[in-house]
Amino acid sequence: MTGSASAPGTTWETTSEPAIETRGLTKRFGAILALDRLDLVVPRGSIFGLLGPNGAGKTTTIRILTGLARPTAGIASVAGVEVSLDEPNLRRRIGYLDQDPRFYGWMKGRELLELVGRLHGLSASELRSRVAEMLARTGLSAAAERRIGGYSGGMRQRLGIAQALLHAPQILFLDEPVSSLDPEGRRDLLELVASLRGEATVVFSTHLLSDVERICDRIAILDRGRRVTDGPLGELLAAHARPIFRLLPAPGQDDLVAILVDRLRAAPWTTDVTAAIGIIRVTVSDPKAAASGVLSLAVATGVILDLFERARPTLEDVFLELVGPAAPDDLDGRGFDRPREVSDR
Amino acid sequence: MTGLAALLRKELLEQWRTTRLPVVATVFLLVGLSSPLLARFTPEILKAVGGDQFQIILPTPTAADAYDQLAKNLGQFGALIAVLLAMGAVATEKERGTAALILTKPVSRAAFLLAKLVAIATTLGISTAIAAAGAWFYTFVLFEPLPIAGFAAATILQWLALVVYATITLLGSTLTRSALAAAGLGVAAFIVLGILSIVPAIGRYLPTGLGAPARGLALGQAGVDVIGPTIASVALVVGVVTVAWLAFRRQEL
Repeated sequence: MTGSASAPGTTWETTSEPAIETRGLTKRFGAILALDRLDLVVPRGSIFGLLGPNGAGKTTTIRILTGLARPTAGIASVAGVEVSLDEPNLRRRIGYLDQDPRFYGWMKGRELLELVGRLHGLSASELRSRVAEMLARTGLSAAAERRIGGYSGGMRQRLGIAQALLHAPQILFLDEPVSSLDPEGRRDLLELVASLRGEATVVFSTHLLSDVERICDRIAILDRGRRVTDGPLGELLAAHARPIFRLLPAPGQDDLVAILVDRLRAAPWTTDVTAAIGIIRVTVSDPKAAASGVLSLAVATGVILDLFERARPTLEDVFLELVGPAAPDDLDGRGFDRPREVSDR
Repeated sequence: MTGLAALLRKELLEQWRTTRLPVVATVFLLVGLSSPLLARFTPEILKAVGGDQFQIILPTPTAADAYDQLAKNLGQFGALIAVLLAMGAVATEKERGTAALILTKPVSRAAFLLAKLVAIATTLGISTAIAAAGAWFYTFVLFEPLPIAGFAAATILQWLALVVYATITLLGSTLTRSALAAAGLGVAAFIVLGILSIVPAIGRYLPTGLGAPARGLALGQAGVDVIGPTIASVALVVGVVTVAWLAFRRQEL
């Protein structure tokens, strides 16, 4: 079995096929539908954010694309190779970081990277230079000769990044890569991923929307196994993010602020008004009317404002617009989205 | 077989670093040294324990008794250790998530399994050789020298029997995520094969059937039929590994 999805006699590098393509990708776990006919196209060279709440199907998608899980239905190709469970050709081209990377505790950090390099067929000189480079880039040079069993969670995460990048993969899958990192490590990782732009295709799953905004050029939002939307980040922001105004009332006006919030909610040009930690966020349907209307209501109510601004729409706004906050019935006991159960069809 | 050399290197290093190889080799050495000692001194121990209350008549121990003691101890302790070595080989890696780390690299699942089996067989091989060397030396000191070539050949057959039990346990470790369930399969195989060994038609083709030709070789007897039982055990190993591979290549991790 060659596993190649490219036309006979051609290699993926010489074609214009996308980095990743899925068609009708479906995954069931018994009665639970984890992925529901997912169609996805990831262009080459993009840093692709895979977004969604817990249980949306992000990890399941990545596990199928890396050959760790088998789809119930549908097909997927990665770098021109049709994905399947036992396909070394697929894995030559990819790097993968699990959301909870596990290693051999008895092994030293350098030994782990050397093993990974050998599995990827690096020569002895390539192995030496790449291992040293990745240890340095992930800040693990000083810990290279220590056993991994003694590493902290953040160090293991950085080692996971090092092993995923060691062979300079064409396509890199990062499943929640910043979950165990401190702010500095998180910043460094995001810079590292951003530096890969143009060199590799990166699929980056996370629920931290600010990270995606910082580095991703395209995103797909999943919800309960379905693709809600995908496309270039700028286009999605333009298409889905409603204009938002932020008001910061001066302290000590709680009663007046409550009246103002009620009046804003009643205004015909608002779609949502929230007041939390002293800030009022007003999402509007008609920015022109709102620009004067918000201030007029504040003056009429007698609320003194320290700040009034039209906020730049964020990915969070798009996300909430498309996915919405989870309804109480959709949450399990831990606050996670409850996976959707379906009957056979 | 993609990735076999690198994986084998890792597995052999793991056998050493996790002290499996030194511990098993030490246990086997003790088994090897103690077997001729037990054979030599059991009559005197029984006499000392029984005192004047029992009249025990035992034949004078010989080098054959020393070998039989070694074969019995390796067949029991050795089989148990073979099961212990193989029980977590795949199951623990699947459960801890390290199998996913390795199998997202350009590695075939056949190479993953084969590297594990070869590493376990190597640990058992080195340990069995050490046990045999110790047993041969004490047999020489306490009784008489046994033919070295025949003794070495017998050791290979004893090792092969242990590899069969390790392979069956490895199959259990591949089929489940539980090292305990894998050990259960290994022990069950040991018991079932032991029971089946008394059936004349098939007994000589089971790993237990390697005992008779091994004894003949160790004691320098002529006309020992080695080929049939050896081929049968090798075929059993190959067959069980193939079943494990067929199951493993369809498993999600």
